[in-house]
Amino acid sequence: MYYFDPHIHMVSRTTDDYATLARMGCVAVSEPAFWAGFDRGSVDSFRDYFHQLTDFERRRAAQFGIQHFTWLCINAKEAENVELSREVIAMIPEFLDEPGVLGIGEIGLNKNTRNEAQIFLEHLDLAIQFDQPILIHTPHLEDKYLGTRMILDMLTSDHRIDTDRVLVDHVEEHTVGDVLKDGFWAGMTLYPVTKCTPQRAADIIEVYGPERLLVNSAGDWGPSKPTAVPDFIFEMRQRGHAESVIRRVVYENPIEFFSQSSNFDYRAPDEEAVVTI
Amino acid sequence: METSATQILDREFLELRARILELAASFDRLERAKGTVEGDQRWDLLQQGLEVLLGSQEERARAVQLLFSLSYDPDWREKYGLSRGVSNG
Ligand SMILES: [Zn+2]
Repeated sequence: MYYFDPHIHMVSRTTDDYATLARMGCVAVSEPAFWAGFDRGSVDSFRDYFHQLTDFERRRAAQFGIQHFTWLCINAKEAENVELSREVIAMIPEFLDEPGVLGIGEIGLNKNTRNEAQIFLEHLDLAIQFDQPILIHTPHLEDKYLGTRMILDMLTSDHRIDTDRVLVDHVEEHTVGDVLKDGFWAGMTLYPVTKCTPQRAADIIEVYGPERLLVNSAGDWGPSKPTAVPDFIFEMRQRGHAESVIRRVVYENPIEFFSQSSNFDYRAPDEEAVVTI
Repeated sequence: METSATQILDREFLELRARILELAASFDRLERAKGTVEGDQRWDLLQQGLEVLLGSQEERARAVQLLFSLSYDPDWREKYGLSRGVSNG
């Protein structure tokens, strides 16, 4: 089965990972901008990172038949540096017309501070000004519930936000209901310890249905598993779910959500056949 | 195809048994170690988590998640001075 990984940080992964993903049926990835593991020192550092995301990474993925898309922002972990955050937000429009740029993300909250909320709101302004879809990171562990509620407050109180064009990521049992109820898309991240397991993601699909739900690996430089989406597919099959339901979650839903971006030029692999026998 | 509760138990029994055993061994390890975790808030949370599992309520996973979560204050925006509709403060 072909699938998308709609949230994976390939700049932190090896070329071997691309090969493995391709062999497991991955045909496209979307890579939100995130934290490098250390705070970047200047706006030029972000400019180089965005260049890597929009140029080098796209070409590296293409070598394995994987189409690479990306989202741009300054991560919530770096939002405490308000001055730098504003410089990055002002620079992002330089890249919005680059191929594969789907929107603004992953913006969000980390420790739910005032500065994080402030910079989140300024990212929303940027997205609205440039008519961009939005991909949102929700905090980890004990901060998730509070942070998700705060994010939903900021989104739903802004009448300019089109809920169809916002994906709220890393939802779990205690946040998925609120996100879907407010009309947003929701992503489930399959992480070994701190987020969802393939089993719990399958439970959430059974409770809420496949509509507006995506699954991703959020593979990055930390403990994570880039092949987690195939684990989810396997779990769903073992439970006897229809292939059409599985495909909806891992392939059709990402395409439907991403198609709202003007730079989403995805072509299904069979449309690309160049050799006929 | 609708899976019955018995079919799920058939599939998951050994795994559930193993997970209970892991918890039991972890608690033994804590007890064998020097010192105590009595009074540690995390220990209290773990005890409450076990009570959720044994209770009769629905949506246990959600209840466990909420147990380990900070609570939400609907007035957070006012407290942060980020009033509605103003994004450039
Ligand atoms: Zn991420």
